[in-house]
Amino acid sequence: MTSFVKPHIRRKNEPVNELGLVRADYDGAMSTLCAGCGHDSVTASMARAFFELSIKPHRAVKVSGIGCSSKTTAYFLREAHGNNTVHGRMPSVATGAVAANSALTYIGVSGDGDSLSIGLGQFVHAMRRNVNMLYVLENNGVYGLTKGQFSASADLGSLAKRGAPNEMPPIDPVSLALSVGATFVARGFSGDREQLVPLIKAGLKHKGFGLIDVISPCVSFNDHKGSTKSYAHTYKYYHKAVHADYVAPSKDIKVCYDEGEIMPVEMHDGGVIRLRKLEKGFDPRDRAAAMSALANAQKEDEILTGLLHIDETHPDMHALNKMEDRPLNEIPYAELNPGGAKLHELQKGFR
Amino acid sequence: MKPTDTRNPDYFHKVVDCQWACPAHTPVPAYIRLIAQGQYGDAYLLNRESNVFPGILGRVCDRPCEPACRRTRVEEEPVAICRLKRVAADHRGEIEDKLPKKPEKTNGKRIALIGAGPASFTVANDLAPLGYECTIFEKLDAPGGLMRSNIPAFRLPEQVLSEELGYILDMGVELKLGTPVESMKALLDEGWAAIFVGTGAPKGKNLDLQGRYDTDNIHIGIDWLESVAFEHTKKIGKQVLIIGVGNTAMDCCRTSLRLGADTVKVMARKPREFFKASVWELEDAEEENIEIVVNHSPKAFVLEKGKLVGMLFETMEYELDAKGRIETQRVTGEVTIPCDDVILAIGQENAFPWIEADAGIEFDKWQIPMIDETTFQSTIPGVFFGGDAAFGPKNIIWAVEHGHQAAISIHKHCQGKMLTGRLPDELEMVATKMGMFEWRYSNSYDNSDRRQMEHVELVKRFEKLDVEVELGFSAEQIATEVERCLNCDIQTVFDAPLCEECDACIDICPVECLSIAPTAETEGELRNSLSVSEVEDGQALYVSDGLPLTGRVMIKDENVCLHCGLCAERCPTAAWDMQEGVIHIHHAEDQDTTSGRTGP
Ligand SMILES: Cc1cc2nc3c(=O)[nH]c(=O)nc-3n(C[C@H](O)[C@H](O)[C@H](O)COP(=O)(O)OP(=O)(O)OC[C@H]3O[C@@H](n4cnc5c(N)ncnc54)[C@H](O)[C@@H]3O)c2cc1C
Ligand SMILES: Cc1ncc(C[n+]2csc(CCOP(=O)(O)OP(=O)(O)O)c2C)c(N)n1
Ligand code: SF4
Ligand code: SF4
Ligand code: SF4
Ligand SMILES: [Mg+2]
Repeated sequence: MTSFVKPHIRRKNEPVNELGLVRADYDGAMSTLCAGCGHDSVTASMARAFFELSIKPHRAVKVSGIGCSSKTTAYFLREAHGNNTVHGRMPSVATGAVAANSALTYIGVSGDGDSLSIGLGQFVHAMRRNVNMLYVLENNGVYGLTKGQFSASADLGSLAKRGAPNEMPPIDPVSLALSVGATFVARGFSGDREQLVPLIKAGLKHKGFGLIDVISPCVSFNDHKGSTKSYAHTYKYYHKAVHADYVAPSKDIKVCYDEGEIMPVEMHDGGVIRLRKLEKGFDPRDRAAAMSALANAQKEDEILTGLLHIDETHPDMHALNKMEDRPLNEIPYAELNPGGAKLHELQKGFR
Repeated sequence: MKPTDTRNPDYFHKVVDCQWACPAHTPVPAYIRLIAQGQYGDAYLLNRESNVFPGILGRVCDRPCEPACRRTRVEEEPVAICRLKRVAADHRGEIEDKLPKKPEKTNGKRIALIGAGPASFTVANDLAPLGYECTIFEKLDAPGGLMRSNIPAFRLPEQVLSEELGYILDMGVELKLGTPVESMKALLDEGWAAIFVGTGAPKGKNLDLQGRYDTDNIHIGIDWLESVAFEHTKKIGKQVLIIGVGNTAMDCCRTSLRLGADTVKVMARKPREFFKASVWELEDAEEENIEIVVNHSPKAFVLEKGKLVGMLFETMEYELDAKGRIETQRVTGEVTIPCDDVILAIGQENAFPWIEADAGIEFDKWQIPMIDETTFQSTIPGVFFGGDAAFGPKNIIWAVEHGHQAAISIHKHCQGKMLTGRLPDELEMVATKMGMFEWRYSNSYDNSDRRQMEHVELVKRFEKLDVEVELGFSAEQIATEVERCLNCDIQTVFDAPLCEECDACIDICPVECLSIAPTAETEGELRNSLSVSEVEDGQALYVSDGLPLTGRVMIKDENVCLHCGLCAERCPTAAWDMQEGVIHIHHAEDQDTTSGRTGP
């Protein structure tokens, strides 16, 4: 055979979720990425998170820009809605979609090139607006799709495959997000599913903009010695500050929180995110603490991971702009379009 | 936990569920690949190395391989392993010059083989080419044992049997028909280098109820089938009752139909889930409109004026426990079922009337000879037993395996070597990667259902006693059925130092049987932490050495792997590879060599 497909096989006693679906029902088309690409692993984690949350695939929306990372929306949730936008323009398309129908679950998938170079402006403003979506930034330090040029997240001194050093300072998406007031800021690693799946679940349940910066190595162009985004480097300098678990409403929410190390954060849907401190004195609910922990880690060359900041109290785009909560397609036409006379009346008010 | 040692040949052998379940360890996936390539002759010869009678077994084997088939873990029906064996035999072409040959010179060692069944023939097959002078003594006038005298020709055509026995006789084996051995002591005095007893379990069990000896219309199943096979019996009454519901009963009822019976009822004492007959034999009988009557326990034969007219049964009721075992049983009434003949098919026993009590062969309290389970030697050195004669009635493929093992012992015995110093199995790993997306086997999963064998239409099949019912597979059926094999002998081989823990293999695996996790103290702990599938048929968890980047381990649940090779296809560093694990199982001819083969 010239290519291969992953067959759909129903195993005996295969686990099902609350909808009666199996994990494989959350898969998509066969990935065409390089074998071993971190992005595939992130795709698998996203599929698992949707499965575990029992989200109906057709009630989800996947949006992305351009890049190997952005291609991956085709590789999970085959029954969901999706839009592959132009390079760096996913946030505006997502903002429009969320405005039109806030009842769906939105996930954006992008890369460090897509988000931090061409799309930096859009990315930052979506965070400021607190658009209700989860934004997964698959960060490999290069433009994978165009064969490995340094991206804006490449670390100072990191070496390209042929040996050239990067001489410009990096943009750290996590620091950037904290500085523009993002309300859910996390970092993960494609190789650590135990941490990543719960982070994605929490991010999907967060009301407002959730950013997960996922270190996701490019095996073809940035997985060599001297790269600071390789598997080997990431496994070595990887540091977990906090572990987050999302607990759905009604499910044993009342468990005792006085375990000392567990910090509960109540969510809008009635669920709870339980944060387990792995770092002494670190409290992700405190933005300033998160920024200083990040700065310290950078000094130590550590890759600080986990749910680094969460703020469930800040209003999202809908609340902030007093927007209609009902999806536009559910509003009767007459109400949606009150007619020319009403328009004139409105316009008169502006004269 | 200690990393798994895949150099032990048993490790990968066990993964090949069918081969492991086959008493003679026939390399099933390897011969199915040869069939897929149209190499029928080679597929036949590969079969023959282990099971000696592919044409016979491709029709009537008990097929312990099929219920074991890995395919049953993803769907209901196993690969039609047995039918594919027949395909190899039916289309083998000219293979005679590739069979073991009669040696130029014999070694002067004379071996006596008693009984011309599959056990003795296998011993002769293994020893004659090595130079041994083998003589088979058979009491009947034709060779084959129960394969000729009891298995009906509509299941096993005479020509198929004779051809495969002929291959062995052509190796220079002497066959003395119509020559019963009547005294073990006399035989021992004849100076044979070794004696092999392959006389089977020739005594059919009797049912000593009222009226048993007052008529000639009550028959012992295996004796009756023999008499039909040798054309002494040519007809039977219109209404026939078969007592018992094992495989012999199935042959008796179907044979009765062919001798002129109108209604044949198979009478079972217990409910269907307790039947001994193989599912396929029951299906074949029911296809011929045989009625199987459950919960009837025989009580007496009913005669009128010296003529058998019926049989009296007690109707039974059973209560089963949660595990399906009978807890209590109750008689609910009595019923007489009319009949002209009754055939008793309730089992067979060993009998050695020709072995004198003081011959030196010890028997246990059930009159079963005391035989060593590895060497098949009796309590007299140089006298070996095999097949049904050794441990009671089994089947052909067990008789073959006993024959192989006894032949090794006889070879060692004749060389004055220790019988237990047998060459252990060996494992050879052969690469299968041909290029990108290309493997030396058809790795993609084919979801086709099992092909159904065509049968001769009902009216035609009763015209003569020897119309073979099964027609064999068509070309299209062969092409589909071979693709159903999962190639379980193409093993997943892992090289821990190469892994960079990217998880690509874990994500691609269609049955989610891979994980990377911290190691644990015991396998049980690992299984719990991984939520892997339930343990089935003792399939193992493969546990690798520590991985270079994190020291965690790669874990594979051998139970559900489909050998699709996607993990190896997806791995960027070739840490996973697909390699054919060839298990060398040694016979008598290999014992004097040391191949020095090693595992991966
Ligand atoms: C009705 C029936 C159907 C069966 N169907 C199947 C089937 O479909 N598939 C399957 O795998 N198995 C089947 N079996 C079982 C199978 O036939 C036997 O397990 C197998 O033939 C045993 O082989 P053997 O070599 O041990 O002995 P046998 O085949 O029993 O051969 C023993 C031979 O020794 C001869 N003999 C006995 N005593 C002496 C003596 N003193 N001197 C000289 N010769 C002697 C006998 O005449 C006989 O020919 C069936 C059995 C029966 C009864
Ligand atoms: C407008 C525009 N400019 C440039 C490109 C070329 N281009 C394609 S992908 C890409 C960078 C992708 O990098 P990243 O988002 O990090 O994705 P990765 O492939 O690394 O996952 C660029 C510059 C383009 N497709 N469109
Ligand atoms: S080029 Fe890099 S980022 Fe793109 S698919 Fe290959 S490994 Fe992944
Ligand atoms: S061969 Fe590999 S990918 Fe295929 S089922 Fe087995 S472990 Fe999974
Ligand atoms: S695909 Fe290969 S390198 Fe990646 S985790 Fe699996 S075995 Fe290791
Ligand atoms: Mg990139």
